[in-house]
Amino acid sequence: MIRLEDIHKSFDQNEVLKGISTVFETGKTNLIIGQSGSGKTVLLKCIIGLLEPDSGDILYDNRRFAEMGQKERTNLRSELGMLFQGSALFDSLTVEENVLFPLRMFSELNNKDKVKRARYCLDRVGLKDIYSQFPSEISGGMQKRAAIARAISLNPKYLFCDEPNSGLDPLTSIKIDELIMDITKEYKMTTIINTHDMNSVVTMGEKIIFIYQGDKEWEGCKEDLFYAKNEKLNEFVFASKFFQKNTENAFKE
Amino acid sequence: MGANSLPITFIISLFMGAVMTMQTQMNIENPLLPSYTVGLVTRDTLLLEFCSSILCLILAGKVGSNIASEIGTMRISEQIDAMDIMGVNSANYIILPKITGFVLFIPLLVIWSMFCGLIGGYFISLMTDLITPATYIYGIQYWFIPWYVYYSLIKSVIFAFIIASVSSYYGYYAYGGALDVGKASTNAVVNSSILILMLNVILTKILLS
Repeated sequence: MIRLEDIHKSFDQNEVLKGISTVFETGKTNLIIGQSGSGKTVLLKCIIGLLEPDSGDILYDNRRFAEMGQKERTNLRSELGMLFQGSALFDSLTVEENVLFPLRMFSELNNKDKVKRARYCLDRVGLKDIYSQFPSEISGGMQKRAAIARAISLNPKYLFCDEPNSGLDPLTSIKIDELIMDITKEYKMTTIINTHDMNSVVTMGEKIIFIYQGDKEWEGCKEDLFYAKNEKLNEFVFASKFFQKNTENAFKE
Repeated sequence: MGANSLPITFIISLFMGAVMTMQTQMNIENPLLPSYTVGLVTRDTLLLEFCSSILCLILAGKVGSNIASEIGTMRISEQIDAMDIMGVNSANYIILPKITGFVLFIPLLVIWSMFCGLIGGYFISLMTDLITPATYIYGIQYWFIPWYVYYSLIKSVIFAFIIASVSSYYGYYAYGGALDVGKASTNAVVNSSILILMLNVILTKILLS
């Protein structure tokens, strides 16, 4: 479980986050949604520690991040897995070496078991027989899968995904969404996903927070999303004609 | 990075040694100066200045831009963020091996450059009638001061540290997109070169006074 307590973050005079408090639950896919520029990425970067909030606190299973020493923070980092928007695989390493990287850094397994574990993770995300290929030699969808395999290689307690479907076709997007959901349940992780893809929202949104201009505007789950009486949320959700029509039809039925 | 610079060092040093020999010969018209002065001047110019300072200025362009653009691309494609999130000390992991590798390899490049430069001059003595090979060989051995080699090596190690660390700094703190990586690379080369030129004066004063 990750708890946010009144997170504020500004860049010069621009207040990007205006006091966000919420709880992301364990074993669930928690979504942060909102328009571009609403502060989603800044919030995610604050949660994973790439940015320091100006005020407020973040609790990882009741452990306050602000009160942690350097050693505790380093230990915490080995419990985090991150899937970046652009995958962020290391260009100079093969797919297998990318997955092995965190294992070589932090795992106490012997070399044979590390390779075994890396291959298990790659097989788990459906990437067999491409162990020795470089990231530039595989498709965008495969890169995302490889990045997921790298993120889960150390059995993390927390998984963060920044726009996991950006640049992917709808079919591959669905597969990536399903994979993230399955892995979340399998490893009982606290997964936080930053997205504005409505297909992902209705597929994965077990817990959703909607950010509008740095404020938490709405909180709920995918079932509540279409019935919410929040004007700004409705504007965001029903921006797509596809969703407008489908919701109208659902209400008619 | 360093080993890949062996061919370019060979080409540059060979031709510079050749040109130095020709120009020195063409500019010595005083009959009082012995003909072996050509070899002596070529050797001392190579040892004192070319093989350390000029070679490092050239390598600041090649190696410096390579380091800055490589690390800069890692920064903008979030590869460095990925390391930080894993808890890996990214600066230590990425930068330290580059500085260590280049600083350790530069003495070899400098010695290689000295050898190639002197060979370039020897080829001129073989292929032209400006100077005989025997006179050239006598000249490059005449009044040899071993300290000049150490002086050159000491300078090159310091310059290598400047090239690798300045370029890594600009790459590591690059942000934005491809254009910014290009800017970081340019800044790395320009600032490394300026620092090398400034330190060259100071080191010459300290080491040769």
